Amino acid sequence: MVTSITSFGRSGLYDWMIQRVTAVVLLAFTVFMMGYMLLTPDLDYQQWSALFECTSMRIFTLLALLSMASHAWIGMWSISTDYIKPTGIRFLFQAFCGLLTFIYVVWGIQILWGV
Amino acid sequence: MLVSVYRYNPEIDDAPYMQDIHIDIPGGKDIMVLDLLQLLKDKDPTLGYRRSCREGVCGSDGMNMNGLNGLACITPLSDVVESDKLVLRPLPGLPVIRDLVVDMTQFYTQYEKIKPFLLNDTPPPAIERLQSPEERAEIDGLYECILCACCSTACPSFWWNPDKFIGPSGLLQAYRFLADSRDTATEQRLAELDDPFSVFRCHSIMNCVAVCPKGLNPTKAIGKIRNMLLAQAT
Repeated sequence: MVTSITSFGRSGLYDWMIQRVTAVVLLAFTVFMMGYMLLTPDLDYQQWSALFECTSMRIFTLLALLSMASHAWIGMWSISTDYIKPTGIRFLFQAFCGLLTFIYVVWGIQILWGV
Repeated sequence: MLVSVYRYNPEIDDAPYMQDIHIDIPGGKDIMVLDLLQLLKDKDPTLGYRRSCREGVCGSDGMNMNGLNGLACITPLSDVVESDKLVLRPLPGLPVIRDLVVDMTQFYTQYEKIKPFLLNDTPPPAIERLQSPEERAEIDGLYECILCACCSTACPSFWWNPDKFIGPSGLLQAYRFLADSRDTATEQRLAELDDPFSVFRCHSIMNCVAVCPKGLNPTKAIGKIRNMLLAQAT
């Protein structure tokens, strides 16, 4: 058993499952958005804001946003533990990724509910 | 043909170097790489490499031949030589002791971690613990591992974290004991593996499967460990 306190869920299995579940959510969101844009060729601001004013779309988008945050954290954490060996630099890199992810989530929510 | 061999003797050399040797194969036969090494050693007795059984059973002569890990004794030249040239290097990722001889300590430490022996807390029977033919068949494709380290040293996850990731060979053995009907420590074994490194550094790139000289499939065994963890935890 290898101890690790900076991984997403501490357990390897938990991180592995979150990575898979969030990937499915992100795939569904990407397919939906691409489909929407293809089926709405002359998309204007009214249609775009109407789409995101709908509660179900806000739930779906927030789900995708949180999925992206956790997916990215698990991925970047893995990369940092593979390639960055000095503890101090690794910790700084992880802290930077965590802060950036947090900013994106808060900013995303602000945009979503600012529509 | 031209053979380029990795040479390093820490007592004499400041840094490793590649030694180019031109050699004629007697009779132009398709000999094994190990036989070629013997010819090289006849020319230059200072060349160091491990060998023992010379028939793919002991796992001593694992090395990197033209970029692919394998056992020199069962690899014919025709399998690896390209444009009449062969590059021989020690197994990648492990510290080199001398020439083609590597220090396997990290590899064995990971093997030791998975407790490679039967654990059974039930009273031993008078003669032996029996298995049905079906139960015995469960460990086919697992028990044949000879610990040559060709798979683990072909795995980037093992290169980056040899102290934390068990590696394909160790995980194949871990599943060999998880799958054994005579072992009763399944829960304890699984609990030891559920961290972000031991098993989950495997990203299923299957380098291990591509190089295993015994034709085994560590990736599949790792998938089965993952399924066992999942079944237990959901």
